[in-house]
Parts: sequence; C-alpha cells; structure tokens
Amino acid sequence: MDKLSHAQSELREMDALAAENSPIHRIHPLCKLLVTILYIVVVVSFPKYDFTRLIVMVLYPVLLFQAAGIPVHVCFYKLRIVLPLVCAVGLVNPFLDHTPVMQLGSVVITGGVVSMVTLMLKGVFSLMASFLLIATTPMDSLCAALRKLHVPVILTTLLLLTYRYIGVMIEELSVMSQAYSLRAPGQKGIHISAWGSFLGQMLLRSMDRGEELYNSMMLRGFHGDFFYVNVPPLKISGIVYTAVCTGAFFCARYFDITQLLGSLFAG
Amino acid sequence: MHMADALVAPAVAATMYVASGVTTGISVKTLKKDENTAKLPTMAVASALVFAGQMINYTIPGTGSSGHLCGGMLLSALLGPQAGFLSMVVILAIQSLFFADGGLLALGANCWNMAFYGCFVGYYLIWRPIMQGKLFSGLGTKAAGRIRIILAAVLGCVLTLQLGAFSVVLETSVSGITELPFAAFVGIMQPIHLAIGLVEGLITSAVLLFVYETRPELLMDVNTDQEKVRNKCSLKTTLVILAVVVAVVGGGLSLVASSNPDGLEWSMFGNGEAGYSENMGLDEENYGVSSSAADVAGSIQEKTAVLPDYAFSESDSAVGTSVSGLVGSAVVAGAAALICLAGGFFRRKKNTAKA
Repeated sequence: MDKLSHAQSELREMDALAAENSPIHRIHPLCKLLVTILYIVVVVSFPKYDFTRLIVMVLYPVLLFQAAGIPVHVCFYKLRIVLPLVCAVGLVNPFLDHTPVMQLGSVVITGGVVSMVTLMLKGVFSLMASFLLIATTPMDSLCAALRKLHVPVILTTLLLLTYRYIGVMIEELSVMSQAYSLRAPGQKGIHISAWGSFLGQMLLRSMDRGEELYNSMMLRGFHGDFFYVNVPPLKISGIVYTAVCTGAFFCARYFDITQLLGSLFAG
Repeated sequence: MHMADALVAPAVAATMYVASGVTTGISVKTLKKDENTAKLPTMAVASALVFAGQMINYTIPGTGSSGHLCGGMLLSALLGPQAGFLSMVVILAIQSLFFADGGLLALGANCWNMAFYGCFVGYYLIWRPIMQGKLFSGLGTKAAGRIRIILAAVLGCVLTLQLGAFSVVLETSVSGITELPFAAFVGIMQPIHLAIGLVEGLITSAVLLFVYETRPELLMDVNTDQEKVRNKCSLKTTLVILAVVVAVVGGGLSLVASSNPDGLEWSMFGNGEAGYSENMGLDEENYGVSSSAADVAGSIQEKTAVLPDYAFSESDSAVGTSVSGLVGSAVVAGAAALICLAGGFFRRKKNTAKA
C-alpha cells in the first residue's frame, strides 16, 4: 500500500537529515527543544488580527533552514496534513467576521480574512519549528533531552523502542499488504473477510516477539534505561543560542518590529 | 482528529498538557507497581504495530470508501488502560514529530482527546463492564464472548470518538480560534465522528475477535475469575484519577474562561451607551480603583497576558498604521529571501570547495 511505503521513506528521510552535521545539529538537544517550544508558544499567542506582527516570526525558521542546510520542500510536503484541518476551521472566518480592519485602495479587508491568514501562518510556522527540531536532532538525543527534563524513564524508553520498531512494522506490513493486493487485484483495501486476520496475525507474532525481545534485552544487561552516548555536549554556544532566541522571540512578541521597519522605510 | 498547534491558545494547550501529564504520571506510577520493564518491549512492539496498522485501509462493504483502526481501544484491551495510554502518548508524539500529524504544542490536547478517552474511558466504562458482565451468557461462553467483544469495541469506539470530537470543538472554541458558533461546530463534528466511530469499532472488533479466537489469554478481562480481586481496587484508583482530572480540567478551563469578559462585564461596559452603565452613571475608566499603581499593574497584565483580548484594540488607527505595517511585512519578507540567497550562496561555495 502506498501510504506505508510513503511513511517508510519519510522516516528514512528524517533520519538522514538528523544525521547530518551543521552548527544547528551540534547544539545540545535540550536547548533546541526549549527554543522550539518557546517559539511555538510565542507564535500561537499572537492575537488573531496581528498578521503584520506575526510575520516577523518567519525569520527564525528561515535562518534555521539555511544554517542547518535542510531542504524546505521536505517540510512543505508535510503541510498537506496540517493545512486541511487548519483551513477547515479558518475558512469560515471571512464569512462570519465582517469587521473592517484595513483599506487598500477601494478594497476593504475584513477581520475574518486577516484572522484566517494569521491562523494559517501560525499553522505553517509551528509546523516548520517542530520539523526543524526533529530534522536536526536524532531521536536518541531528543530522548536524552527529555530525560534531562525528568520525563519518566518508562516514557523515553518506550518512545525510543517504539520509534525503532515502527520502521520494522511498517516494512512488514507493507510486504503483507503488497502480497494481499497482488492476490486481490482491483481491490482498494482489505476485504471484510480479512479484517481481523490481517492485522491479528501480525499482532500475535509481534506480541511474541515483544517477549523474546525482552528476554534478549535482559540477557544483555538492560535495566530499564538506555545509555545515551551520541548526544552533543552542552557548550556555551548552546546557552548563547537559547538566550539569543529567547530574547528575539520576546522582542518580536512585545514590540511591533514590522511597524518599526515599515515606518523606517515608509516614513 | 489530530489538532494542529494553530488551533489551540497557549493557555488551553498548557491546561491540556497538565491534564495529560497528570494522567501520564498516574499511569507510570501504577505500572511501576507491576513489572514495568517486562511489559516495555511488548508495549513498544504493540504501539509500533498500531501505528503502522492505522495506515492500512479497510474496505467498507457497499461503499467506495475505507476505514481505519482505532488504536486506543485495541491497545487498552491488549495491554490494559495505563500501558495503553502510555503507548498512545508515544504514538501521538511520534506522529506529531515525524509526520506533522498534530502539533507539538497541541500534543497535550491530542493525548487527552484520543489517548485518555480511548484508553481510560473506553476501558473502564465500556470494555471492562461489558466483558465482565453476564450479557448474552445464555448463548454459551464462546458465542457470548464474541458478541461482548463486538459490542464493547463498537460502543467504546463510538463513545470515545464522540468525546474526543467534542473536546476538539471545546478546545478550539475556548481558544477563540474560529468564528463558527459552538453549536454549529458541534453539529458538524459529532455526526461525522459517529460514522467514523462505528466503522472503526467494527474494524477494531474484527482484530480483537481474531485474537480472542486464537489466543484469548492476551486480552484483558476475558478470564474474569482471576481478575476480580485486582479490579476491585483499581476501580477506586480510576475514580480518583477521574476526579483529579476533572478538577484539573475544570479549573484550567475556568481560568481561561475568566480571562474573557463575562456576561456581567459585557452588560456593564461593553454595551455602555445604551445599557446599564449609563443609567448607573458608570464608565470603565472611572469605575473601580484608579491609581498609578493600578495603571502600572494593568499595563503589566496587558503585556503578559497569555490569552490576549481578541478585540482589535486600535481599530480607529488601524487604517492609518496599516501601510507601514504592510511595508514592514514586505521588508521582513525581503530579509527572509536574502537569508535564503545567502545560505544558498555559502552552501554552493562549500560544495565547490569540497569538490
């Protein structure tokens, strides 16, 4: 099935991006995690008509994309999932909110249009930020950062193990569904007669595999937590990065930088 | 049903993070009493399977469309509600990080809408009572078990999806994101999710039935005799969990709600020209304490408000200032383009140097 192989290649792509080397990749994962969360909080907290002030926030992802050398099209491909829901909620705004907020020549722009655009921008910006986090931080580094934040060990270990096994499962299921579709030509999905057995077979095998996995992990001295070795050390650059980003976000939130720039150029 | 970051206000997101965080904490604590490391690989494998299994399309007979699996009910029936909840949290986290399905900030809300309802409500209110009850026991053990599983899975999926969809509407509306009236939004979301819930319930019950036929010992609460003693105390725990969670969510939501003007405030100030305040000789500036300290406190509050007032405060001057605002936006866009060009230039230089 196409969806499965798509997911497989997406995972592989993200892994390859996270394994690259750039100044952003070398920053301590905890700094990146905190800055990302702060960025999303700041973006989302802008009032719904503050389109022009929000636009300044684009500079952070743009700078990061360039500094980390990550292709933008990979990120925009992911927008296909986020935008429909955001649009579905935002598209009704122009019809319900007719407050005039701006006049360009003879065209009056209503509050609904502005709030719709702002909502979409918020969706795109926050997606870009979390994409950049995961595209510059491998999963085990991220889990190490979460451990530093005292996230329970069972959750981080589960996250890491699940992430490892998702690749395996997707591959197996993709083989199974390919075999199924070859034997059921012209059929869009799984027929009702195989609804239970298709995933059920796999489920039983996986549950057994889980126990075997546990036994083999115990034999190798597993005690409930992993050792995170490939995590970049916390250097002064990470602290500077966090401080600069935090300062910049707060400036963008509390001062109207766009307005200042505009008045500088337009007088 | 995955919510994007843009659909929640920070206060709502934080409230939902607290609610999901408390549930996660309680789940971790409860699991620690059991042998949690022994369960860990099985949880990981099962959640990876559910993750991948949700991408498989199941043809719905008689229609051209297809349905998907409901993860929460399946995982809590296999692993128990606590382990199921943690597995769902992990699935949702990976979906949001790697597939942009749901946002990082909205993760707390998504965990609540899908994992909490699916695992705790679905398990304690539907799955366990039905599986342990005496329903259809006249039909023989095996047949009764089958019907109970179908009933529990369908009812559970319908109920948890309805609750989840309602929560999505509630969270989006409280966040002040949409102009769509609450009732209209609910009217759209609930019927759609009723249909989805029915189909998902049938697919989930098919998988559970297969497990029941081949390895019934893997399912929770199928052998009721051994479970009874343990379950008696865990019901109490659940009630405590529910009470705490209700208190947290209720408190959080009321905090958010109180930062919006309520009916009284509106009737006094918002409708000032024609209404109450004129008759009473009140207006907002002169009403209440007015001192320099109060002004300073007011301006600090305005600056630090997490949920800003959504009114366009400078609506009179908006037209005047909009030109420089637009010019400023253009300057920002230009700067972004310059950064891109510079980045491309340096990368090309590096590549040629490498070659």
